[in-house]
Amino acid sequence: MNGPVRSLAAAAVALLAFPTLSSAETVKIGGAFSITGNAAAYGAQQKHGVQAAIEDVNKSGKLKGITLELVLEDDGTSKEQGIAVYQRFINKDKVSAIIGPTLSNTASAADPIAQQGKTPVVAVSNTAPKGITDIGDYIWRVSLTEAQVIPSALAIAKAKMGFKTAAVLYGNDDVFTKAGFDVMKAALEAQGVKIVDIQTFATKDRDFNAQLTALKSKNPEFLMVSALVEQAAAIVSQARQLGWNVPIMGGNGFNSPKLIANAGPAADGVLVGTAWNKASTDPVNLAFIAGQKARNNDPDQFCAQAYTGVLVIADAIAQAGMKGGRDDIKAGFEKVKDLSTPLGKFSFLPNRDGNHAAAMQIVKDGKFQILQ
Amino acid sequence: MGQQIVNGLFLGSIYALFALGYTLVFGVLDILNLAHQAVFMICAYAALVLVVHLHMPMFVAFPAAVLLGGILGMGVDRIAFRPLRGRSDSNIAGLISSIALATILEAVVSQIFGPDVERFPLGSVPTRTLHIGDAVVSELQIVIIAIAAAMLLGLTWLLRRTRLGRRIRAVAESPKAARVLGVDVDWIISASFFVSSALGAAAGILFGLAFNNVAPDMGRSVELKGLAVIVLGGMGSMPGAALAGLALGLLEVFTVAFIGSSYRDAVAFGVLFLVLVLRPRGLLGSAALREA
Repeated sequence: MNGPVRSLAAAAVALLAFPTLSSAETVKIGGAFSITGNAAAYGAQQKHGVQAAIEDVNKSGKLKGITLELVLEDDGTSKEQGIAVYQRFINKDKVSAIIGPTLSNTASAADPIAQQGKTPVVAVSNTAPKGITDIGDYIWRVSLTEAQVIPSALAIAKAKMGFKTAAVLYGNDDVFTKAGFDVMKAALEAQGVKIVDIQTFATKDRDFNAQLTALKSKNPEFLMVSALVEQAAAIVSQARQLGWNVPIMGGNGFNSPKLIANAGPAADGVLVGTAWNKASTDPVNLAFIAGQKARNNDPDQFCAQAYTGVLVIADAIAQAGMKGGRDDIKAGFEKVKDLSTPLGKFSFLPNRDGNHAAAMQIVKDGKFQILQ
Repeated sequence: MGQQIVNGLFLGSIYALFALGYTLVFGVLDILNLAHQAVFMICAYAALVLVVHLHMPMFVAFPAAVLLGGILGMGVDRIAFRPLRGRSDSNIAGLISSIALATILEAVVSQIFGPDVERFPLGSVPTRTLHIGDAVVSELQIVIIAIAAAMLLGLTWLLRRTRLGRRIRAVAESPKAARVLGVDVDWIISASFFVSSALGAAAGILFGLAFNNVAPDMGRSVELKGLAVIVLGGMGSMPGAALAGLALGLLEVFTVAFIGSSYRDAVAFGVLFLVLVLRPRGLLGSAALREA
């Protein structure tokens, strides 16, 4: 073969190869979030988070020519719809990884489908301690469980306030508030804080004066409360009404703007742990917030976690040697270490749960602010 | 300690408040109106709507909602009880139909307002507090205790000293004899329902204010305790109901303080059980049972 023909052939091969190459370099990611239903408020934030993250990753060129493509579906805040969406992602859209679904409840039903279909999942808002990552080796999690947030946040509060004694009040007829109590008790003991008294209430209770008075009489320096948001507001209001002004730290039930709306000024000074330190001046976090502001979204923890979910998948693709297949990404997750995200330095634990520093929020002037 | 007594008296006043209206119909007329708790709940919502959506001040909304409660009570009598009156099993039938009515009313309220807790806007009631010894008392708590006391006196006076009261007692004694003597029995029962439900309405509004918590299930949470208070105090005895309400409130609070909050209801109802075994007529009930 002579020169010109040879180069022509090469050009033809290049031309033929180009389109196949570019399609091979698009990696599809399925996002299953509650756009409708009870958890729609969270889903809206998560949608903003993943959309921004996909854009940012594609623009950064970190994946060297690989383009991430988002396929967004509504899990309808229901197990049934979650399963249907997962099946579509796995069999029809052929996504390389799935982010979601919004609620642990939906995840408990949908994630086994992904495990069966050998498609990696990144949970970005499921906080149930059990029944998520233990579904199987394809299920990974970014969102910290309450058992991870509370000890870490409590350590911050103790360092700041230096209390040595505490009392605990919790709802003993609800699985979530009881689980929260177990975590609080262990966290206080780990911090060397003496628990001077423990009181309980029932979900339907409206009057907490007796319990609060009993706790107050033991003079603890700190009060921890595991309650759902409706009771949380009443407990905080009644404690302050009794003239009891110790710092109060709540579990996840307190992590809602409803607490502030319902308790009013009494909520001031209430402490709640959070997975996202929005006051962090880390450049990744600042860029994330600026990006959300540009989209006209006031980001919350759910948004930051969803954004981080995409960063983790992108890093896994990079760790796997720029390969975006399902098992490549799964293998890549194992190598994700100290990744810079809006949540801080992120790594996975051996059990596939996420690990990063938590932060403490304090209610001040009617808003959740980071306790600095 | 002082604070726990205040807590107990406050909680007890709430129980007494609920029980006083209840016992006018249940204790005196022997009609168990299980829709009482629904009226209690609806009127708390009524006051809430008047305050939040029609921007009425509380001192206007309160009597308006109480009046509505009275009218609603007459409606309960008309719908759930009167059509069944005169049947051989009218007590049980009325009890069941009042459960049905309560369930319907609750469902309607849940449909309109949703299952979430509604609240009076901050500042619609005084939140100032007084210090008595080492105890803190809020103005609202004092108002509630005072209203419970006023209701007790008013009801006792109504039953003992007024024409209506005499007729109610006559109907309670024997509807047949009362009718022979020219008493319009249906009207007297209707009037009793009006008074009873108006008091229930007042209790509901104060309950909603006391805990700033208005929800479709709020009536259910005190219904059982209200019944217990009536039985504990002695059927038909107003001072007995008030005394029993306070006793139950104090008992619950001191159980929490000295034994533990998990045992609160067990101790409270355990004592109720003991009282019923040892003193079947209740604390202040009259010894002789009425014979029809």
